[in-house]
Amino acid sequence: MARKVGEQTVYFDNKITIAEVSSAVGPMEGNGPLGKDFDLVFEDDCLGESTFEKGECMMLRKCVENLLRKGKFTQSDIDLIIGGDLLNQIITTTFAAENFDMMYWGVYSACSSFSEALQIASTAIEAGVVKRAVACSSSHFSTAERQYRNPLELGSQSKATAQRTATASGAVVLQAGGSGPVITGMTIGKIIDFDRKDAADMGTAMAPAAAHTILTHFKDTNTSFADYDMVYTGDLAKVGLGILSDMLKMHGYDPSGRLNDCGHMLFDCVKQHADCGGSGAGCSSSVFCGHIFPKLKNKELGRILFVPTGALLSTVSSYQKNSIPCIAHAVVIENKKDKK
Amino acid sequence: MDDKAKLRESFEKAAAKNAPKPPYFKHGFAAFTVGGGICVFAQFLINTFQSFGMTYSEASATETIVVIFITGLLTALGLFDRIGRVAGAGTFVPITGFANSIVSSAIEFKAEGWIFGLGGNMFKVAGPVLVYGITSSWVVGIVYYLYLLVA
Repeated sequence: MARKVGEQTVYFDNKITIAEVSSAVGPMEGNGPLGKDFDLVFEDDCLGESTFEKGECMMLRKCVENLLRKGKFTQSDIDLIIGGDLLNQIITTTFAAENFDMMYWGVYSACSSFSEALQIASTAIEAGVVKRAVACSSSHFSTAERQYRNPLELGSQSKATAQRTATASGAVVLQAGGSGPVITGMTIGKIIDFDRKDAADMGTAMAPAAAHTILTHFKDTNTSFADYDMVYTGDLAKVGLGILSDMLKMHGYDPSGRLNDCGHMLFDCVKQHADCGGSGAGCSSSVFCGHIFPKLKNKELGRILFVPTGALLSTVSSYQKNSIPCIAHAVVIENKKDKK
Repeated sequence: MDDKAKLRESFEKAAAKNAPKPPYFKHGFAAFTVGGGICVFAQFLINTFQSFGMTYSEASATETIVVIFITGLLTALGLFDRIGRVAGAGTFVPITGFANSIVSSAIEFKAEGWIFGLGGNMFKVAGPVLVYGITSSWVVGIVYYLYLLVA
């Protein structure tokens, strides 16, 4: 059975293995610094569909289909598909999951939906509820822009703190046993809200949530940066990553060389006009599946803490001048030769 | 983490240190040159139309139509948002910004159909400008009328 340690951390006893991964991205992500790492790069960000929403749904569907093909799984091998996205009523995930004959759990945790899906799927596998599950998440620049911000063709200037929603999907197969990197533990986040209200500055709003989860994890498990090859956050981007790094230093942890952010890695911000970097539910999942997982698999990384962050706001809460509640969920992923 | 106050204190310090400074001068310069350029171009149109024998008000109305048309075309071609990203207020404040806001909304919401999509949302961005523009001109009109009565 899972063991709770400290305030918010849980260790799994079962060997919850990441058996296979798949990533799919749009044209700009494909042209970015990590472009070569992704499985599928679509030149048309509508994927031939009539609307951006249908295009995003197709991107996630193709990502999951690619996942099953890569891992040589049939649909009947998978018990459950769990995932989330940024659109109202998580239509992307639901309409994509409709195509698969699997049990379905939709989750919403904004840009940390992927880690929430990983945590719930791992818990379900640990409890013996399911044997094998697909965890996924997705986001799309144009659908997010439409829902949260302005019409795409509106000629407005972005703020110095703005981030670009990634057009990206990522999906993994989790199973009990087998070979591959293992999810050994998790730290479930708490909502942190330090009264930031600027929806165009989510890196700043989310940084303390990441700091809270990382510091709690270190305290709960009596570890520090020295115990991890890397700590990856989800989409803090340039500004948020700087804040997180400074905060951790103030609390006595030196992250130098062992902390990076998926949104910060995804784009060449200056050349690609990507503001401060990437964001979105698909940002962390695609970068994990495309860039981080292969390094775990070939043991270049032995142990990582993966901490996607989410800004849990809506357009309604923003217009009603609420501050932005933020969260960060962490999972520990290991691939050591000397695993017990 | 029991000490949330300490976390908050470190956050406020780090946030202040890492806050990027908006490039005010660059934005101001771009807005001034592009906005000014649009005005010079519009004046050129008015003068040209007047030289064809139009009155000033006819020439001014025709110039507005031409500028709105060009904006609509550039918006539909997907070029205007790139210009606006650099020019900022330079393209947003003149009538180009108004035209762009209506055309971009119309393009955007066509996916949800002609009635509830395009029809219902075309003035999503421009609507507030119309509501408060017309209301404030009405208020100014009344004040002016009262001033004339007194004077």
